[in-house]
Amino acid sequence: MSWFNARRRRPVAGYAALLLGLVVVGLLYGAFSSTGGSAQASSPGPSQSDINTGKDLFDATCSSCHGLDAQGTTQGPNLIGAGAAAVDFQMSTGRMPAKEVGAENERKPVTFSAQQIYEIADYIASLGGGPAVPDAQQVSTAGADTALGSELFSANCAQCHGFAGAGGALTYGKDAPPLTQATPTQIYEAMLTGPEAMPVFANGSISPSAKRDIIAYIVDTRVEPNPGGFSLGRTGPITEGLVIFLGGMGFLVIIALWITAKRRDPRPTGME
Amino acid sequence: MSDMEETEGAEGPLAPRRVIGTPPPTPRLLGSTAVAEGGDAGQVSDETGGAEHSDEVLVGTVSDERAKRVEKIIAGCFTFAFIAGCGFIAAYVGLEVGSNRLGHGDSVIDAALRSNLALGTSLAVTLIALGLGALLWVRYLMPDVEVTEQRHDLRSDPKDRQAFEQYFKEGASNSQFVKRPLVRRTLMLGTLPLLAAPVVLLRDLGPLPGTSLRHTVWSPGRRLLVFGTDTPITAAEFSVPGSAITIVPEGYADDSDALTKATVTLIKFRPGELDIPTRMAGSTLIGTMNWTVDNIVAYSRICTHVGCPVGLYEQTTHHLLCPCHQSTFDASIGAEVIFGPAPRPLPQLPITVDAQGYLVAKSDFTQPVGPSFWERG
Repeated sequence: MSWFNARRRRPVAGYAALLLGLVVVGLLYGAFSSTGGSAQASSPGPSQSDINTGKDLFDATCSSCHGLDAQGTTQGPNLIGAGAAAVDFQMSTGRMPAKEVGAENERKPVTFSAQQIYEIADYIASLGGGPAVPDAQQVSTAGADTALGSELFSANCAQCHGFAGAGGALTYGKDAPPLTQATPTQIYEAMLTGPEAMPVFANGSISPSAKRDIIAYIVDTRVEPNPGGFSLGRTGPITEGLVIFLGGMGFLVIIALWITAKRRDPRPTGME
Repeated sequence: MSDMEETEGAEGPLAPRRVIGTPPPTPRLLGSTAVAEGGDAGQVSDETGGAEHSDEVLVGTVSDERAKRVEKIIAGCFTFAFIAGCGFIAAYVGLEVGSNRLGHGDSVIDAALRSNLALGTSLAVTLIALGLGALLWVRYLMPDVEVTEQRHDLRSDPKDRQAFEQYFKEGASNSQFVKRPLVRRTLMLGTLPLLAAPVVLLRDLGPLPGTSLRHTVWSPGRRLLVFGTDTPITAAEFSVPGSAITIVPEGYADDSDALTKATVTLIKFRPGELDIPTRMAGSTLIGTMNWTVDNIVAYSRICTHVGCPVGLYEQTTHHLLCPCHQSTFDASIGAEVIFGPAPRPLPQLPITVDAQGYLVAKSDFTQPVGPSFWERG
């Protein structure tokens, strides 16, 4: 404690306290801002009873925005032809049902069972086709060409999602979500249906096997080690620059202050 | 921390033998005296390293003990730097990164990461230990004396100037440089080619750019290939509205030099969404709906600001965003600039379909792609 008292009035102490405060706030924010998981299930087998149950669920939870016949309203888009894949992506990531009407919906905890989601998906598919939910075989990354996936990802996905899938900013306050929690099925569905601002990467332009390559790259990248031990959010030069600028330069400034600080006489001469 | 100055005052009478690191006995004016005494003190400190001199120099004072302790710490730092430096060399020699030198099942990337970590850590530790040692040395052992060095006149004194002038004139006359014009002029003639040499050498650094800034490798009938898989694509395969894909020219899919200018973004719109006004630059057509196929349009991927790849496409707003400086283009109206520093729309590539239904270029871009240059006009 005397060590602390002797130093707390020094000029450096203020900087140290500020730094400590920032670190504590950052850690607290990080601890409380993490989000939950997502639903995962096997391929659905559409039947008339599924479709009927799906319609009931749709009428109860979705029709207020998308209309009683999924024809769309001023609040929500027309879902005829949207396809089962779009429904499964939106609902299994918790984006739908939306909390509010807006250009973007965040990933949030799922409130429906996988079975219920498939029933609604079957109902929407029965209205006008559209891309189906991919089965486990289609999204399997076994034997995929990760190198080609990396090339395709950097040409078509990395601009928005970042080179390591950490997400990034779009125009006018929107953002591309991180791909760290997305399941292979959800990634496949997103490419197929182009949710929200994301463009569509249909099978004509990105073939099913190329999609598996991209998924393999995304999944592989998650377990890549972080050189130096810190991921810094994996958003690239922005956080790295910020850390160097604030942390590195701040450290150098403190060192410079210490080097040039006047030495104090710690005790009166009479005490010798 | 600042423990080296505690004996101030007490050592006044013993000033010449003052222990290094203690301030001068009296605040003094700076100048040659201070420098001389500083040097003196330095010598003393060198000698006090050994115990044999300790009886001559203020044994047992607090500052002396502390100085010795700091000295040990500094020596520790330097020794640590030596060990870490040896570690750097050992890591450089010992950790293989070449794919032909690695054992089976050992990944090249893992090896490079391992090597980088070891090299970076050991070098950083070496430099930090050296720096820390030097810092402690300066702060706790060297005297805390400010030295002022007076500036002197830059101009030499008249006597020196006169002597030099005399010397120069004598040399010139002895060399007979003025007297013998033939020698003088042939000497100048002899050095002339060397003066001209840089012009010739620079001229030969590479081919002149010519009109290459105005053209890309796109030509009539050249197919559009999907980047990565390098496959041609038909309008029917690219039929889902909201699609966007990176396109490279057939035959140049792996030619980075060509791709820096020729890469294209292909976008499919819903019927009625795409409405490109017909635009002219002088007498050249630079944008029209006639260059689209079934609501599919191709724009240069190279930003007209400083040439970054314009990668972000939002299918809901039809914004094409350049990540470098946030230039935003509206793809539905001919990639007009709606935000940011880009000076002009992204050039549109005229496209059509060939006999097999594949998307092909109708011609090259009709205007230079990428950032402005002097003669662009």
